[in-house]
Amino acid sequence: MAAGAYDNLIFELSSPGREAFSLAEADVPQADARTLLPAKHLRQDAPALPEVSEFDVVRHYSRLSRMNYGVDTHFYPLGSCTMKYNPKLNEDMARLAGFAKLHPLAPEAVAQGALQLMHELARDLAEIAGMDAVSLQPAAGAQGEFAGVLMIRAYHRSRGEKRTKVLVPDSAHGTNPASTALAGYEVVEVKSLPNGEVDVDALARALDTDVAAFMITVPNTLGMFEPRIVEITELCHAKGAQVYLDGANLNAILGITRPGDLGFDVCHFNLHKTFTTPHGGGGPGAGPVGVKAHLEPFLPVPVVTKDGDAYALDWKRPKSIGKLQAFWGNFGMLVRAYTYIRTMGADGLRQVAENAILNANYVMKRLEKDYDIAVPGPCMHECVLSARRQKKLGVTATDIAKRLLDLGFYAPSTYFPLIVEEALMIEPTETEPKETLDAFCDAMIQIAREAETNAAVIHDAPVTTPVRRLDQTKAAREPDLRWTRR
Amino acid sequence: MASRYIANTAAEQKQMLGVIGAGSVEELLVTIPAKARLARPLGLAPALAESDLIRHMRSLADENADADGHVCFMGAGAYDHYVPSPINHMILRGEFFTAYTPYQPEASQGTLRTIYEYQTMIAELTGMDVANASLYDGASSLAEAALMAHAATDRREVVLSRGVHPLSRRVTATYCEGPGIKLRDAGAPDGATDLAAAKKLVGPRTAALVIQTPNFYGCLEDVAAAAEIAHAAGALLIVVADPVNLGVLEAPGKLGADIVVGEGQGLGVPMSFGGPNLGVFAATKALVRRMPGRLVGATVDTDGRRGFVLTLQTREQHIRRAKATSNICTNVALCALMATIYLATLGRRGLVRVGELSAAKAHYAAERLAKVPGVALRFGAPFFKEFTLKLPKPPERLVARLAKQGFLAGVPLKTFDRGLADCLLVAVTEKRTKAEIDAFAAAFEKAVA
Repeated sequence: MAAGAYDNLIFELSSPGREAFSLAEADVPQADARTLLPAKHLRQDAPALPEVSEFDVVRHYSRLSRMNYGVDTHFYPLGSCTMKYNPKLNEDMARLAGFAKLHPLAPEAVAQGALQLMHELARDLAEIAGMDAVSLQPAAGAQGEFAGVLMIRAYHRSRGEKRTKVLVPDSAHGTNPASTALAGYEVVEVKSLPNGEVDVDALARALDTDVAAFMITVPNTLGMFEPRIVEITELCHAKGAQVYLDGANLNAILGITRPGDLGFDVCHFNLHKTFTTPHGGGGPGAGPVGVKAHLEPFLPVPVVTKDGDAYALDWKRPKSIGKLQAFWGNFGMLVRAYTYIRTMGADGLRQVAENAILNANYVMKRLEKDYDIAVPGPCMHECVLSARRQKKLGVTATDIAKRLLDLGFYAPSTYFPLIVEEALMIEPTETEPKETLDAFCDAMIQIAREAETNAAVIHDAPVTTPVRRLDQTKAAREPDLRWTRR
Repeated sequence: MASRYIANTAAEQKQMLGVIGAGSVEELLVTIPAKARLARPLGLAPALAESDLIRHMRSLADENADADGHVCFMGAGAYDHYVPSPINHMILRGEFFTAYTPYQPEASQGTLRTIYEYQTMIAELTGMDVANASLYDGASSLAEAALMAHAATDRREVVLSRGVHPLSRRVTATYCEGPGIKLRDAGAPDGATDLAAAKKLVGPRTAALVIQTPNFYGCLEDVAAAAEIAHAAGALLIVVADPVNLGVLEAPGKLGADIVVGEGQGLGVPMSFGGPNLGVFAATKALVRRMPGRLVGATVDTDGRRGFVLTLQTREQHIRRAKATSNICTNVALCALMATIYLATLGRRGLVRVGELSAAKAHYAAERLAKVPGVALRFGAPFFKEFTLKLPKPPERLVARLAKQGFLAGVPLKTFDRGLADCLLVAVTEKRTKAEIDAFAAAFEKAVA
């Protein structure tokens, strides 16, 4: 059966009386909830959940899974997302009962192994980024950004300074301005140079005494290292502003250079990008945040501490920005990242960066004749193409993305960064072999040819996927957000 | 040294460099200024081979008192519920596990369909019109609900019951600082919220009243009465609820909630030392365009076939940037998938059974433990699967002692509420057997004596 022929939702498989669960009969004397609880608290109608067998469940979700492209099955050159291989060993380790079945409030004396793992991971991340302290609590990059900006705010306040603005380049990820606004700052967008680099003169003009921080991504979202970065961080510090690194692109610089050494005061890590925890269809991730010593008092509580051989959670931190999630962080993701770092070691991580850079440059070189390159010269871990040439032939970045799906590849990021017309952002990662890169480049070149000679095949794409192009306008105008029985 | 996670051989690297026209990878790094380069290897522990690493990880894991090796009576926001076997097998399918956010819908229908199913199930359980695709955890869901209530009402105060989980209240405070939302506490001196006192705090400046049911102390709250108080003042009612209880407990939406949030870990997600969790978020239709996070909607493709897409994205950070309804991007989609498979597996009758068994066993355990000399239920309010005991001895010492005997006895409340320094919060799920409860009660009695 073609994957596309399957169109059921679990509710549509329901057959009254079927069961997929296994629960023992009540073994306590009084088992009727209606006699134990006041009637006003009781649900009047049983919830309308499906009634299916266990095999119904397994077959249904197996079939749905086949309607997805994942890294395990398809090349995923999604720029800015670092879709690398997710090692299977990480999964086995995260499922050890001592980690997976540990209650978050278990007494510290009987959770020492978990606390040790967190302490060592924080230490390793601090070393990798050249930071003095790391909080593992943020659940994702955006929450790491939020925590970082709150710490910057608390720092300025502790010095009696009332700064109101944060500068963000126009090439930034959307979370940067969103997290900054959430922390109570006015966001001021700074225009980049056409090649994506920070316009240092424009930055200098924008840096007044109201600026609390400058937030940038290095390498930037065009895949280029910021050549004047040290000058930039010095300039910011001279004006009393803090400098924040969006660590989305950390994969490119592992063991080569460190944000802390470049002058950054804060940076976050996306463990689901650089450190191989799975993306899971949108999460969970983990977004630890690292800081220099002057920001350490403001870290979220609690902080994992080590005294002799004993690990503990330290809550007595009066200057802390508070808590970000109920417990200590996405611990399951921390176990996976820790496993990965212990697998790779320093040499291995440096090889990761070098091969990520090599693969991206190889793809860029192979495609430079058929597509416009956003910025010439060697790139870091990703390259940005523009389909402006194809657009003149009526083929957009979206069209190219859809055609790639038919040719067996997931699509690059499209229309990001916003400053590149018809952007196609390609990040191959270090885990892909040369033959996959070649097959992908061949497909991209084929599409460039088709744009000139047979654009219909691109406009019709995709035709091999379970559904073809979907009506987004209808979805937004007539929101249908839950299933109802027809 | 080669790494099994990197494919390129030295020969292939050389070949690729040849195509690029570079002599070495070093030549590709020209844009990184020399003074910015790290001149030494990173100071990390040496790489470990797979079996050595497994040994090391096991040694760390073995130091922890987990719910397999111990009989778990701990709750306070994380629960040892039954996790049906198919969940882990299904989520590990690489097509789900290693996929990205479904931005290319044609190649992501599997994920999109599971999220649509999830939204349907959560909306049904909570009694709300619409649920989103998940937020990080119950605490950040509550924080986002407070922000949404502020935006929807243009009011700057949120009244929070002290029965709401203290850690959720702390997270809410973190999120409310930037927008300048003032949080006011409504007391719960007798376990359940003092609604008469809450009523005095709710007024024309109140964006929302927040209650949790069952609350942090295990007590059931009067949701309908709270709704009346909030709505009379033009405020929204936010209810924090554990969805696993909603097979038996009335859907908050039926009782007047405008927003329902909660921690969904009990729906098949491992406790995993507190994360990743599952932030449940549901609301009325009127609030849908102010909701945080992703939403999946049904539509049709160019051939008229049913298909699913991420929709109403103009709320989100990648489009609206600084003006987005929330900064969230990555959520916990895989945990939402676990919950979807859990709810499909438990189904209409299973979830009711889980609730009934948990409540029955909790009431049996409460009765047994309250008979121990010197021990009493701290509050008189009705409870569900969790209850607060007052002890004659410091709870921390009892917990430490029982841990050595194989019991995770509960959560001492001192660190959450100084007024309850002599109290222990005990949770009982459907997994506990009468024999385990009896053995626990016997060990408890000895430890207290």
